[in-house]
Amino acid sequence: MELRLEKFTKRFGDTTVIKDMDLTVGSGEMIALLGPSGCGKSTTLFAVCGIHKMNGGTLHFGDRDVTTVPAQERSVGVVFQNYALYPHMTVEQNIGFPLKIQKLGKAAIRKEVERLSELVQIGELLDRRPAQLSGGQQQRVALARAMIRKPDVLLLDEPLANLDAKLRLEMRSEIRRIQRETGITAILVTHDQVEAMSMCDRIALMKDGKIVQLDTPEQMYSNPRSQFVAGFLGNPPISFLPATAGAEVVLANGQSIARPRDLQASGDLILGIRPEHFGPQHGEGLQGEVIFVEPQGREELIDVRLDGGGDIRSILSAGAPIRQGDRVNWGVATDSILAFAPNGVRV
Amino acid sequence: MTANSRIWHLVLILAIFSAPLVIMYVYQVIDSIAQPDPGSLVPGAIDLSNWRFLWERIDTGRPSIWVVTFNTFLFASTTAFLVTSLSATAGYALSRLNMPGRPYFLGGLIILHAFPTITLIIAIFIILQFLGLFDTLLGIILVKAALELPFGVWILKGFYDTVPWEIEMAGVQDGASRLRVWWELVLPQVKPGLFALLIISFLSGWSEFVLPLVLAPGSSTQVLATFMNAVIQDDATADFGLFKAIGMFYSIPVIVIYLVFQKQLMNIYGGGTKG
Repeated sequence: MELRLEKFTKRFGDTTVIKDMDLTVGSGEMIALLGPSGCGKSTTLFAVCGIHKMNGGTLHFGDRDVTTVPAQERSVGVVFQNYALYPHMTVEQNIGFPLKIQKLGKAAIRKEVERLSELVQIGELLDRRPAQLSGGQQQRVALARAMIRKPDVLLLDEPLANLDAKLRLEMRSEIRRIQRETGITAILVTHDQVEAMSMCDRIALMKDGKIVQLDTPEQMYSNPRSQFVAGFLGNPPISFLPATAGAEVVLANGQSIARPRDLQASGDLILGIRPEHFGPQHGEGLQGEVIFVEPQGREELIDVRLDGGGDIRSILSAGAPIRQGDRVNWGVATDSILAFAPNGVRV
Repeated sequence: MTANSRIWHLVLILAIFSAPLVIMYVYQVIDSIAQPDPGSLVPGAIDLSNWRFLWERIDTGRPSIWVVTFNTFLFASTTAFLVTSLSATAGYALSRLNMPGRPYFLGGLIILHAFPTITLIIAIFIILQFLGLFDTLLGIILVKAALELPFGVWILKGFYDTVPWEIEMAGVQDGASRLRVWWELVLPQVKPGLFALLIISFLSGWSEFVLPLVLAPGSSTQVLATFMNAVIQDDATADFGLFKAIGMFYSIPVIVIYLVFQKQLMNIYGGGTKG
């Protein structure tokens, strides 16, 4: 079911946290609300599920206006960061609780619980209590409970934040699989760009209560609209270097590189260079000294301090004969450079 | 080894300091079932006549011990039930609902709890007289419950504070009303607190002396504390053996409750934070 949030405004006391935000999530689409802490992503989520009242704007699920509908009647499933399972109930009672509220018969509840526990693959755990489950299993139970009512919308609030690295990887694809299988419209709130990029159809990147860019993960990465977006996405992160563009591009440290072909602007700029676009595979051009080598298994991160000032990062396959202190002269893939005006807007 | 020897020091010190108490309790038991020779610490023949109050009236003017015990039980248990059920709702409201003046209310609770009861006794007397509840069990139950409430509300608020908000949010999302969320999802999480409060306010009611003495002096509303007081007070020659036996009888339920519910009682001081 399509979710449409229009002109959403939220105030806490005198502070306006979110102003006139628009967001449309297509039917069966999974969208990520991504952003640093305090950007308003959780506030948006709580407004959609009805826990927070909206101070302005409207919310539609399909054709139904739910702006003023209380949370109980909204048909929204929520998975909380700490799962919020009911500790005194068994897994079966936990998953079946929403149906018990709807006064369904015992047999009907049992049947639905079995269907859901099969979907999230916890069939053998129904008699346990939440405290006897691992983090990943609790997560699955929370998912099953959120989905048993066949809600219009599924909301996931940092669902992977409490899991260890290996489980996180596993649950990432699990959640995606379950969302695809059921075709439910979903919103994922996260501050982890990897989660957002790997799980969602589109990402809404938020900052200071506004969506700064809403795009597919690929577009967001290769075509960021501002310096903030470019800096937020990408791991290892992009390097920024101030420069002046004329016939060629002169960096603030005095070194120069060829002018990117499609660069229109002239004058003061900030260049964004992703690690994979700087290195020996791109020829020569920028001179400096290796100040740090960080092995990452398959790859190595290399920080280079350019002559005359400015740091830039490169990523190379492991085993490259680079040591700390080495002098390097590496090239930049000039056509992949992202250029921003001094105020951060992409040019 | 050093740890062990340090424990021995502790045991010795504790033994010395608690010896007077222990000796008192031992003689409480011994004296209630034996006739001591005058001036001697060694008990003489066993004599159960001190316990005669169990099967006969110790004198005609007094109610039977069983009526008094029933009164005491009724007083303590009704008070405990009232305190616990009211604290369960008030504590939730103070912990969760954003009502105006909440910090002042919380501060007021602490002040009320610290307030010495005895200074209020004349005002309470007048109120009960006015309401026609003077010299009734109901009157002292209401007064006792009111005086115990600040403590109970405060304790249960602390327990509610440890229940994660998300559990309630999840309950609301699952379609349950706030009332149902409280009853079915939150209340079970504070069960240790409810239980401890129930026991503590029962024991407090069981040992209450001043309120029944002043506000329910009649013989039909006597509780064990005032019964004992009367036994020791008005005889020309006080029967200490009888007094000790009734004292034993009075404290048996307390000892049993402590032995059985130790663990639950400790909960209240742990703040209920066990996962």
